[in-house]
Amino acid sequence: MTEVKAVEIKAKLIPIYIMGKKYEVPETLTIMKAIEYAGYQYIRGCGCRGGVCGACSTVYRKPGSYKIMSGLACQTVVEPEMYLTQIPFYPAIRSTYTFEKLTGKPEEVFDLYHELFRCVACNACSKVCPMDVEVMDYIAALKRGDIKAAAEISFDCIQCGLCASRCMGELPQYHIAQLARRINGRYLTPQAEHLKTMVANIEAGRYQESLTGLKVMDINMLKETYTAREMEPATGGEDWIPKENIGL
Amino acid sequence: MKISYYPGCTLKTKAKNLESSALACLDALGVEYEELPRWNCCGAVYSLSDDDLIHLIAPVRDLIRVQEQGFDTVLTLCSMCYNTLARANELMKNDEVKRGTINDFMDEEPDYKGEIKVVHFLDFIRDEIGWDKLKANVKNPLNGMKLAPYYGCTLLRPGDVSIDKSNSPVVFEECMEALGAEIVKFPKAIECCGSYQVLGNPEAALKVSNDIITEATAFGAEAMALTCPLCDYNLGHRQEEMLKKYEGTKALPMFYFTQLMAVALGVDPENYNLDLNQAVSQEFLKGKNLLEKVST
Repeated sequence: MTEVKAVEIKAKLIPIYIMGKKYEVPETLTIMKAIEYAGYQYIRGCGCRGGVCGACSTVYRKPGSYKIMSGLACQTVVEPEMYLTQIPFYPAIRSTYTFEKLTGKPEEVFDLYHELFRCVACNACSKVCPMDVEVMDYIAALKRGDIKAAAEISFDCIQCGLCASRCMGELPQYHIAQLARRINGRYLTPQAEHLKTMVANIEAGRYQESLTGLKVMDINMLKETYTAREMEPATGGEDWIPKENIGL
Repeated sequence: MKISYYPGCTLKTKAKNLESSALACLDALGVEYEELPRWNCCGAVYSLSDDDLIHLIAPVRDLIRVQEQGFDTVLTLCSMCYNTLARANELMKNDEVKRGTINDFMDEEPDYKGEIKVVHFLDFIRDEIGWDKLKANVKNPLNGMKLAPYYGCTLLRPGDVSIDKSNSPVVFEECMEALGAEIVKFPKAIECCGSYQVLGNPEAALKVSNDIITEATAFGAEAMALTCPLCDYNLGHRQEEMLKKYEGTKALPMFYFTQLMAVALGVDPENYNLDLNQAVSQEFLKGKNLLEKVST
């Protein structure tokens, strides 16, 4: 019988600086986990832990470079000698508007966000964006009234606010981009005709009967109905359609 | 021949009639153009402060984009954009210290040394097409139109970016003449329309604009050709105010020169976008039978 030895694998510890104080943390951790490893507990500045909510934006510097770096704490792995600061929120004015009263004209965006025209194309916004959005380019698109382009360029924005934190023109870029995407969705993108028909059908009570039926079932009956539901066969061809075509 | 084209923001909003007519003319003249795939506002006004380098970042970035696009010349239509881009280019060419500062600041872009040539539609037609070829392409000459070409400031000043002799330019007149217009030369053709004074001192701007219009009328003009959206705002869109305020001022139809060129070259009238001009301008062309002629 061969002897099996338990091998202890230890990650190397590296020094990082959290708000100026030095900590030794395992080199395999993300910034977020490293900060927790160092003893901090997140009350804010942490959301989805999956890189989409924009709550854990972090700025940092590394030795030997004047560059400001940025990343999401939940996605970025620590590096030796990182100087870190969390910026979970950055104040940026969001203009108020009644969306239904807008018509999708560029002038409406200009009126709501005069600051747009303070942009000098310095590009600090794009450089700091943890999602690599070309922020300066969507601001440029908006200045020439191209709301559609702005909506498309800003698509990956997670509204973390780092762009606004770096802007010498004091623009709230991410709020302006959100308005652009809303206008694009409502006024500039072709509307799906079949969706309108479907909504009308639902409002006319298409599913009322079956929903009411489900509501009055007891638990066993519900289970039975669920088990007996018609399913697409694993070997079904492209042309398979359900007998009761209620969803379409 | 293919050229890079920088439109400018105003041509995408308030001055669509300048862009649509100009591009239709390029098509008619067989010039291939490619709009810059990435561009930002040029800044609109060239900063006169000697050390205000931050306002040069935008135009220089646009020139770098032209290089990225693979062209050595960029065509502009708006005379403000022309001026801003051309002056930024001159500085990058000639001022080694400022060039270094600007290139260092834009550390995410390749260094730029003023390699791009910035041209305006007018000097481009003069130098690359020529008046003879332009004339040969005219289908509906502007015969009988007493036209006053108005340069404004930014195509002519300062001298190092002027598209012609600063004080005695002829390029605009020659261009309109080739299209068949009867040229009305008037001294204020190279004076300022009031420009951005319309924001801080609208009354003063209105007065200089009114002086320009009354002088052109006195010299016999029945219409004016413009190159600049801001001139169009001051001289065209504020005419109603002028007519109310100044006795003796007569309404003067205003056109972008590219609109008149489009009419003369007989391009599809939907490219004129005359609904963005004053009503009096559209009426004037109808009166000259130039709209009907084209559509037949």
